[in-house]
Amino acid sequence: MAAINRDDVAHLARLAHIEMSPEELDRMAGELAVIVDSVKSVSEAAGADVPATSHPIPLSNVFREDVVGHTFAAEQALSGAPDSFEGRFKVPAILDEE
Amino acid sequence: MSVAAILSFEEAMEKYDPVLGFEVHVELNTKTKMFSSAPNVFGDEPNTNVNEVDLGMPGVLPVVNKAAVESSIKIGLALNCKIAESCRFARKNYFYPDTPKNFQTSQYDEPIAYDGYLDIELEDGTVFRVEIERAHMEEDAGKLTHMGGATGRIQGADYSLVDYNRAGVPLVEIVTKPIEGAGSRAPELAKAYVAAIREIVKNLGVSDARMERGNVRCDANVSLRPHGRERFGIRSETKNVNSLRAVEHAVRYEIQRHAAVLDSGEPVIQETRHWHEDTRTTTSGREKSDADDYRYFPEPDLVPVNASREWVEELRATLPEPPAARRKRLQADWGYSDLEFRDVVNAGVMDSIEETIAAGASASVARKWWMGEIVGRAKTADVEPSELGVAPATIVELNQLVEDGKINNKMASQVLDGVLAGEGTPAEIVEKRGLAVVSDDGPLLEAIDAALAAQPDVAEKIRGGKVQAIGAIVGGVMKATRGQADAGRVRELILEKLGVEG
Repeated sequence: MAAINRDDVAHLARLAHIEMSPEELDRMAGELAVIVDSVKSVSEAAGADVPATSHPIPLSNVFREDVVGHTFAAEQALSGAPDSFEGRFKVPAILDEE
Repeated sequence: MSVAAILSFEEAMEKYDPVLGFEVHVELNTKTKMFSSAPNVFGDEPNTNVNEVDLGMPGVLPVVNKAAVESSIKIGLALNCKIAESCRFARKNYFYPDTPKNFQTSQYDEPIAYDGYLDIELEDGTVFRVEIERAHMEEDAGKLTHMGGATGRIQGADYSLVDYNRAGVPLVEIVTKPIEGAGSRAPELAKAYVAAIREIVKNLGVSDARMERGNVRCDANVSLRPHGRERFGIRSETKNVNSLRAVEHAVRYEIQRHAAVLDSGEPVIQETRHWHEDTRTTTSGREKSDADDYRYFPEPDLVPVNASREWVEELRATLPEPPAARRKRLQADWGYSDLEFRDVVNAGVMDSIEETIAAGASASVARKWWMGEIVGRAKTADVEPSELGVAPATIVELNQLVEDGKINNKMASQVLDGVLAGEGTPAEIVEKRGLAVVSDDGPLLEAIDAALAAQPDVAEKIRGGKVQAIGAIVGGVMKATRGQADAGRVRELILEKLGVEG
């Protein structure tokens, strides 16, 4: 059983900006441990000769030519914003970071 | 805000050895963004150069800009890097309103370029090799403006406004290996390194490279260790260092600040510092903690970039001559001394001189004009010499007029004024302003007689063999002819008249 404790889950929850109750932390610690174990068994199935896969389809170099396409008008861009001011998104003051 | 204690730079250098490291972000000047077809344009109305990809809407699919990849490879090659045969993008996860997706698409374990170097020439000619760890592709973030509060700074702001026009603009981040051994020249090296990067990306044509617009931005890492110790000290990372002068000042300041902290027996805190141009100091940003737990993982919406060797070689063949090599070649071709050449470079007239020589002037004539008449006028007009509006052909023509004895240097200067005032070509101005040198000996001889009569004692000295006294007579003649005589011819005539060998 992988060692995922309550503190690990609390840390992840904070990084992901998810509020979790003590009960949820306990339950999630157990569930995540099972998930990590499952992933681990997949890792064991792949030998050293199998490269890590980040994409299921063996494609590379999917490029776009450098040609200007469509844009939104500012009103469209802001249409889903909770708040805006003079063509810009308005967000709460950020005091604890940069 | 408390002011940090600092040691004098000299004392800091006596006690400690600085180690530097730089992360320079270069905005590419592609027409569109890194992963979307929205335009990459500076200065437009807020939130008008965005589409669903830049705003991080659900279900959208980013597509890599091929031109941005090519520019990145060119930068890697210009920095003597290896180009990865295969590389991929990764998500750097963090919550901050400048990034609507809540992650920045970047590269993590597989940068497109790695293991390079750049030879940096300091002002006195010392060459310092800076090793490049990597150069990777990523996207820029949106621009935040903090509103309210007293200072416009984030502390005390009431709210922030976000413009996502910059979000998704292609960036290449160039990361150095730790730079050791710079000693007291660390601040100078810092400035020269960033200047070299800026020059290279500008020369490659892959970035507008305007620091005042944020096209080239530098984060400077500084740590100190006692002399002789191998292990690095704890570093600080100063952000927001966005001019060449500021890079030099920030590194110098951080060295002085670290030295004072270490002297007090305290450990340096590993943290982000913010540079303030107004006070030329840094202040503490956030401490590096789990805010730096970015949980990178491979970007599932983008497939790997494979740079075939053929493609890389094709791109290599398009690279222009590196700026440093070009300078060396031009100096050798022109036969300028180190000092002369440095002055030319610092005055910003190297390209103009090259064009003037190509137009038919000799290297010394081109330098004389650009460094003399033109640099002076540019300074008065407060513009770059190259922007003054002097065409290389004008200089060639002016010089020809002087060499043919049609005008003298003083008149040539007046003719140049005429050219800049839009009065026509040099020949036309000579005609219009009646500036031709008086070459008819008749009026000259009259003037010479008058000058000799006015200064009989000088005339006597010259007759007696003191030829150097002739200046006073020549001066009198030039005055009488209002500067329109050929001084060389005047001298000849005076000597002839007095029967003295020159």
